[in-house]
Amino acid sequence: MALPNSEFKNTKNLMNRETVSQRIKRRLQLNEIFKYIFLAGLFFALVVLSTLIYDIVSKGAGWVNLDFLRNFPSRRPEQAGLYPALIGSLWLMLLIVPMVFVIGVGAAIYLEEYAPKNRMTSFIEVNISNLAGVPSIVFGLLGLTIFVRVMELGNSIMAGALTLGLMSLPIVIVASQEALRAVKMELRHASLALGASKWQTTFNVVLPSALPGIITGIILAVSRAIGETAPLIMVGAATFISTTPSNIFSDFTALPIQIYNWTSRPQAEFQNLAAAGIIVLMTMLIAMNSVAIYIRNKYTNRH
Amino acid sequence: MSWMKKSALLASITSVALVGAACGNNEEGGAAEGGDALSGKVVMDGSSTVFPIMEAVAEEFSAEQPEVEVTVGVSGTGGGFKRFVTGETDFSNASREIKEEEAAEAEKNGVEFTQLSVALDGLSLVVNPANDWAQDITIEELNKMWTDTSIKTWKDVRSDWPDEEISFFAPGKDSGTFDFFNEAVLDDTDIREDAQLSEDDNVLVTGVAGTEGAIGFFGYAYYIENQDTLRAMAVEGVEPTPETINDLSYPLSREIYTYVNNASLKDKEQVAEFARFMNENAGALSEEVGYVGMEQARYDENMKMIDEIAGE
Repeated sequence: MALPNSEFKNTKNLMNRETVSQRIKRRLQLNEIFKYIFLAGLFFALVVLSTLIYDIVSKGAGWVNLDFLRNFPSRRPEQAGLYPALIGSLWLMLLIVPMVFVIGVGAAIYLEEYAPKNRMTSFIEVNISNLAGVPSIVFGLLGLTIFVRVMELGNSIMAGALTLGLMSLPIVIVASQEALRAVKMELRHASLALGASKWQTTFNVVLPSALPGIITGIILAVSRAIGETAPLIMVGAATFISTTPSNIFSDFTALPIQIYNWTSRPQAEFQNLAAAGIIVLMTMLIAMNSVAIYIRNKYTNRH
Repeated sequence: MSWMKKSALLASITSVALVGAACGNNEEGGAAEGGDALSGKVVMDGSSTVFPIMEAVAEEFSAEQPEVEVTVGVSGTGGGFKRFVTGETDFSNASREIKEEEAAEAEKNGVEFTQLSVALDGLSLVVNPANDWAQDITIEELNKMWTDTSIKTWKDVRSDWPDEEISFFAPGKDSGTFDFFNEAVLDDTDIREDAQLSEDDNVLVTGVAGTEGAIGFFGYAYYIENQDTLRAMAVEGVEPTPETINDLSYPLSREIYTYVNNASLKDKEQVAEFARFMNENAGALSEEVGYVGMEQARYDENMKMIDEIAGE
C-alpha cells in the first residue's frame, strides 16, 4: 500500500514508532488470544474424555470382577458376565492382526517399492484412501454377501474377522505407505550399493526402519475394528450364545455387541453392566496398544 | 532377528487361517442320534423386544443341555424374517405377525413355519410426572394428536387440559413396536413429522422424563423400570397392569411371537426340545424380564402344535 505523498515527505523515517508499537501490541494480543483458543480446544477435549471415563468408571467399576469375566450373560444382572463376548473379541483380534499385517504391509511395499509410478498406481492409491472413509456398515454388507453367503463361511468368527480385516486394510495400507516413504533414500542406496537385491533391501533395511510407523497404523486400525458393532451384526454375529467358540468356524459374539445389548435394556443394573463391559473393552485395547508401543520403541531405538 | 521369527509366525498363522477358510466349513452338525444329551445348534434371530425372554430361556436351557449351541441374534423383527424365510434360522422372534410378503418369500423357498405366541406386552403411553392432568386418554385422541400437526398443546387435545406444549417421543419406524402403534392407533396415517424417533427406548425414557409436556410410548418393561420418572396414562379408561395386559382388557395389549421352522422342528431333536422347553418356561421367565405371561391354555395350544409337527 502506497503512503500518501504528503505524509511521505513530512516524515523522515517511514516507520512511525507509535504505529509500530501499537501494531506489535496488537499482534501479541492476537497471539495470546489464539493461544487461549487452542488451549480451550484441548481443555474441551480433555474434559469430555474425562467426564466419559468418570461416568463409566463410577457406574461400572463395582461390577468388574472375576465372575463378570467368567460368566455367561444372564437375565439376572448379578450373575451376568461377558465371557463369550470376551473370547469372541480375542479370537477376532488374533485373526485380524496377522491378516492385515501380511496383506496390508504387502500391498504397501508393492505400491511404494515395486509399482511403477504411473496413472494406474495413483488411481489405485486414491481408491485405497477413499476406501478408508467408507462407513463400516457397507463393509458389513460386503462381508454378508461375499464371506457369509458366497464363501459359505456362515455367521462364523472367520467371516467376522475377514469383514473387519477388510475394513481395516485401507488404513493399514495408507499408514504403511507413509512409513515406508519416510525411510531415507540413502539407506536404500547404501544397501543396493553393497550388492543387496531389492528384496533383501526391502526386507532387511526398509521394513525394519518403517516398522514403528506400520505398527502405529495397525494399532489404530485394529482398535477401531475391535470396537465395531454394525458390520458384525450385518454378518450375523449372535447377541447371546450358550457356548464359547471352539474354532474359527464357530458362531460367536463380541464385546461391542454385548455392551450395546446391555445399554438398550430397561433395567438400570444392565446399564452398569454395560459400563463394566466398556471398562473391559478399554483395558483390552490399552493392553494391545502397550504391546504395540513396546515393539515400536524397541525398533525405534535400533534404527 | 527376532522380528523375522515373529513375522514368520504371523504369516504362518494367517496362511493356516486362509487355508482353513478355503477348505470351507463342513461342521454344520445336526442333532446327536439318541441319548439324553443333545448336541447341535439352535439358531434364533429377530426382534430386540423378544430378546430378553429368549436370552433367559436359552440361559436356562443350556443349564440342562450344555452341549447344544444356542445363538440368539438381534437383527430386528424384519431383519430376522429375512434370514428366517431363506431357512437360515430355526426360530425368528417377532414383535408383530409375519407380513404377507415375508410369508410369500418363505413359501417360495419351501420354508414352512409355525407361529408361537410367547408372552404379552402392553404398549404404554407415558407422560412426564409433572403432567397431572392427562390421567386417561382415548385411542381417538391419540390418533389425532400423533398425526395432526395442528395440535400443539394439550389444550388442543382436550379443552379442559392446560395450554402446555406437547413434545412427542416414539420408537423408530423399523421397530415392531412402531408397527403395532401404527396399526392400533395411527391407522396407517403417517406419524407427525415433529415427533422425535429413536431406536433406543432408553433415549425415549430420558426424553419424556426431561420434558414437562412430553408424551411417548414403548414396551411395558421400560415403563415399569422407570416408574419413578414417568407416569403411564390409562387408555380408554384401563391402566396398563400385568392383569389388564394378561386378560387383554388393556386396549394396547399385544402378543409377542417366535416363528419356528417346521423342518427344523421335525428333523432337529435339539430344536424340538428347545421349543418345548421355551413353551414351558416362557410364561414365568417373561415376567422376570418385564413382560406378562399368557393364560396356561395358550401355552397348552402351543405345545399341541409343537408335538404335532415334531412328533412325540
